Amino acid sequence: MHDEIRQILAQHGRLPVDVQTLSDDADLYEAGMTSHASVNVMLGLEDHFDIEFPDRMLKRSVFESINAIAAALSELREEAAV
Amino acid sequence: MSVTVDQDQALIDDVRWVAEEVAAKHADSVDRDARFPEETIAALRERQALSAFVPRELGGAGVSFEALASACYELGRRCGASAMVFAMHQIQVATIVRHLDDAPWFEEYLRELVAEQRLIASVTSEVGTGGDMGRSIASVEPSGDGTGRFEKQAPTVSYGAHADDLLTTLRRSPEAEPGDQVCVLTRKDQHTLEPTGSWDPLGMRGTCSPGNVVRAEFPLEQVLPTQFAAVMNESMVPISHILWSHLWLGIATDAFDRARTFVRAAAKRKPGEQPPTALRLSVLMSELSLLRAEVYSGLREFVEASADDRARLSEMATILRFNNLKIAASEQAPRVCQGALGVCGIVGFKNDTPFSVGRHLRDTMSACLMVANERIHQTNASLLLIAKEV
Repeated sequence: MHDEIRQILAQHGRLPVDVQTLSDDADLYEAGMTSHASVNVMLGLEDHFDIEFPDRMLKRSVFESINAIAAALSELREEAAV
Repeated sequence: MSVTVDQDQALIDDVRWVAEEVAAKHADSVDRDARFPEETIAALRERQALSAFVPRELGGAGVSFEALASACYELGRRCGASAMVFAMHQIQVATIVRHLDDAPWFEEYLRELVAEQRLIASVTSEVGTGGDMGRSIASVEPSGDGTGRFEKQAPTVSYGAHADDLLTTLRRSPEAEPGDQVCVLTRKDQHTLEPTGSWDPLGMRGTCSPGNVVRAEFPLEQVLPTQFAAVMNESMVPISHILWSHLWLGIATDAFDRARTFVRAAAKRKPGEQPPTALRLSVLMSELSLLRAEVYSGLREFVEASADDRARLSEMATILRFNNLKIAASEQAPRVCQGALGVCGIVGFKNDTPFSVGRHLRDTMSACLMVANERIHQTNASLLLIAKEV
């Protein structure tokens, strides 16, 4: 899942650095992701994983690192499985 | 609980007194001469109103946020510029109170603010960022001995020359990305303001907000510990929108009151006959009640969201909510003032009658520019692509 997230970040995150150089818990906003780009990342993730982030997850902290995004995606998948 | 209620009432009563006895008397000269409302701010200082929101454990009155909002409304009814200076100061105080994170320097600072009734101005906008408060160009430049410096080109600094302290947004370090920001509080003896323009605007003339180059040197402990992104979403933006909209409501309410007085005077001249302006006043009342409903519901939702989990204020749906409050209130307030002008006619248009509403109209016309509505719509348009329930 982490690789797929990296791919989407590379496509939509408009980061000034190469995503591959960032660790899984690096702060993406500190790395230069703007709030506008983060919306495109969210759309990209929804499309790729065929999920919808509920409003309670649509906040900065959920998208601040690759690990945080992966945790949110896992939570959504578990909910879907129940 | 009852102590807070008493403190709340005491603040509202004090500020209403200052509004009626001091701000109202000087409102015309503040407006005409584009001068700082020094009498009003001095009277607020005397009543310890500048530190009302500081928690009691740090020496303040610990009033509720609702009381602050009511105070802005009361001042707005008598002098828009005084209300704006008070509101902007309280935005900075509330930001520090909510985000100081036990930092000892900031706790001590708030105690001094109580003792000395210090006035804080903010330096958030910057030349070259297109009005986006979430990005900075100037940065904290560490000097290596525990101190830092900055130089920021600010297109407007409201009452900067009259403030004791400045809260400035900056990039965290010279290497940081534009969105990686912090706020720094500097005192008058730590910064200089070099004006870069004049101040002769259409309205809100008493806020004295020319452009400035701000330069400062300060110990690094004066950097607020919380990252500005959280400060902005959880406090600075929603609090600004709520306090501003309360004072705009105050200005619009006074314009309505003047129109009502005008219609009643006409009715008294011809008893038993409804003046033609009475109907227009009724239409205007419904416009005012729309504004009031939006402003009050915004306040209630903010207080509820702050009480259960402040992180909720960072959710996109919530950001959209408070952006909408700002857009709606900033468009509706001048509409009400213009309606009042329509009711009062020429005596409303003249600047020296009891029914003058020119200042009200001009002051509320600044509302859509204070963080341009166009800019807020751009943010909303982006958030709407992903937010689900709005």
